[in-house]
Amino acid sequence: MSSQVLLYDVTLRDGSHAIRHQLTKEQIIEYAQMADNAGVGVVEVGHGIGLGASSLQIGKSLLSDEEMLRIAREHLNKSLLGIHVVPGYATVSKDISKAIDCGVDVVRVAAQCTEADTTEQHISYVREKGRRVYGGLMMAHMLSPELLVQEALKMESYGAEGITILDSAGAFLPDDVAERVKLLTASLKIPVGFHAHNNLGLAIANSLAAVKAGAHIIDGSICGFGGGAGNASIELLAAVFEKQGFETGAHLYKLLDMADRAEELFKVLPKITSSSIVSGMSGVVSVFSKPVARAAEIYNVDPRDIYFELGRRGAIAGQEDLIIEVAQQLAGKQSE
Amino acid sequence: MNKKLRVGIIGTGNIGTDLLIKIQRSQFLECSIFTGRNLASSGMSRAASMGIRISDEGIDAIINEPGLCDIVFDATSARSHLSHAPILDKLGKFVIDMTPAKIGTLCVPAVNLEEAVESRNVNMITCGGQASIPIAYAITQVHPEIEYIETVSTISSRSAGPATRINIDEYIGTTEKGLRIFSGVKEAKVMLNLNPANPAIDMQTTVMAEIANPNLKQITIEVEKIVQKIQRYVPGYNIVVLPTYDNNRLLITVRVQGLGDYLPKFAGNLDIINCAAIEVAERFAQKNLMRNEP
Repeated sequence: MSSQVLLYDVTLRDGSHAIRHQLTKEQIIEYAQMADNAGVGVVEVGHGIGLGASSLQIGKSLLSDEEMLRIAREHLNKSLLGIHVVPGYATVSKDISKAIDCGVDVVRVAAQCTEADTTEQHISYVREKGRRVYGGLMMAHMLSPELLVQEALKMESYGAEGITILDSAGAFLPDDVAERVKLLTASLKIPVGFHAHNNLGLAIANSLAAVKAGAHIIDGSICGFGGGAGNASIELLAAVFEKQGFETGAHLYKLLDMADRAEELFKVLPKITSSSIVSGMSGVVSVFSKPVARAAEIYNVDPRDIYFELGRRGAIAGQEDLIIEVAQQLAGKQSE
Repeated sequence: MNKKLRVGIIGTGNIGTDLLIKIQRSQFLECSIFTGRNLASSGMSRAASMGIRISDEGIDAIINEPGLCDIVFDATSARSHLSHAPILDKLGKFVIDMTPAKIGTLCVPAVNLEEAVESRNVNMITCGGQASIPIAYAITQVHPEIEYIETVSTISSRSAGPATRINIDEYIGTTEKGLRIFSGVKEAKVMLNLNPANPAIDMQTTVMAEIANPNLKQITIEVEKIVQKIQRYVPGYNIVVLPTYDNNRLLITVRVQGLGDYLPKFAGNLDIINCAAIEVAERFAQKNLMRNEP
């Protein structure tokens, strides 16, 4: 399995951030069909923060979790149907059990990088139900490689069958990724994965560094369609991995056709803006881009100032309320 | 009045140990037994160094010597409390449940203190519930027509003990139930963020409601009124974002700094639920001590 890479397609989940969680039935159907046909390993579907996260705080999604999953389920044959679960948002009884009834194949239970022990109930529940379960450690740049391993080991002990580290702020450089992935693959018995954000233009380079260091699960989305500056473009990942001699099992031309279709299908594709660069530099989660832009407009403050202040306060995804407070404070200072 | 009511604490983690330190300051309460499972835990050694009687027999320490205390704080876990509750009830104890087991009378002192002390088992909901419910209550006093409320709390990773982490689903379920009961909304949604930042951040809670035409002035008056009430027992409770309205969404944010008793000040989450529980115990003690005076 040494040169095998599982392409984990987060377009229909991380991409929700880019369109304020307004994914339509038609978009899900068409994309799921294309991805299935192109042979990606997993198609992840849902609200940007995953199950149970549709809210005033993060944004209400157009379709319910259940609707999205049922629609996608109908159009996936070979690719596995995945969901993202963050304890603190989704609970076993309200959300995960329902998702499993909808026919989900893979559940990725993700926590902030220091919070692996909030995932025990959820990981072991999915294992009991006989579905595949991965662990995810978000905002991985906030923790040293050694401590990250400790958290990953906890998830492995709960029953996780793979651990993905998420560069939620797009803050890593390739060496940072290689160092962490090497240490993780040396310490865990299960496969290691990497999820990139492109704030500093390094999503592909970081993903390549990850597979060269031993990662076997790599997240990507079509044309990078994801939160903030977007993810690693899945069609580029397939091309680069092929060139480097890694086997993804995906059909390159079909992925390229998907990429050609993506702009029309999703209307907006992410790009690197001055705000997302500042977000990556300050280590602020990439998906804040929309609410930060809105708050900057309402309170007439520079979005870059908001990012640096959020970074100073160590903000994580889910703390969208803090954006309002910071913007009000900056506006107050301006008027003094 | 120099007599005090005797208190037992089951569970010697962050919550139990912080309660103990707060009880040492109380003029109505004294801790007569501090009981858990592990004599080597840092809470146990702290209690021992304070000269408090300790035990590693958990609830059995009270079963074997029922006259030891009148009030019991259960700071174990939701699952343990389900088995402790009927035993303590049979022993005639006034029980303050710190876990999200939610079998007793849910209590937020700023709203229903007097009702709570008349019951035998008082549930302190959750830290996020203590911070958010009074705000939700104040909002729905002005706008009873609101049907949906949500709250998100962010707490420092270092302030959350192992039981909090394992019980994260119960935290959500219990806080949602509390929000529905106290504010009368049909639907409540609760979210919790654990933040790994170093230095640690203070606890912060935001309450949001879906509403078309909010009376911001009246809401501000009601919110400030209840905040003053809370500050009497939680001095570090403050509004940081006044009622703010955008796009059908009303938002209010509070920050809670702790007293820095057992955990540092950033652990406002620990402090607010413990200060609320002490408030309940002291009110119960006051009433009983008054009744028993000749």
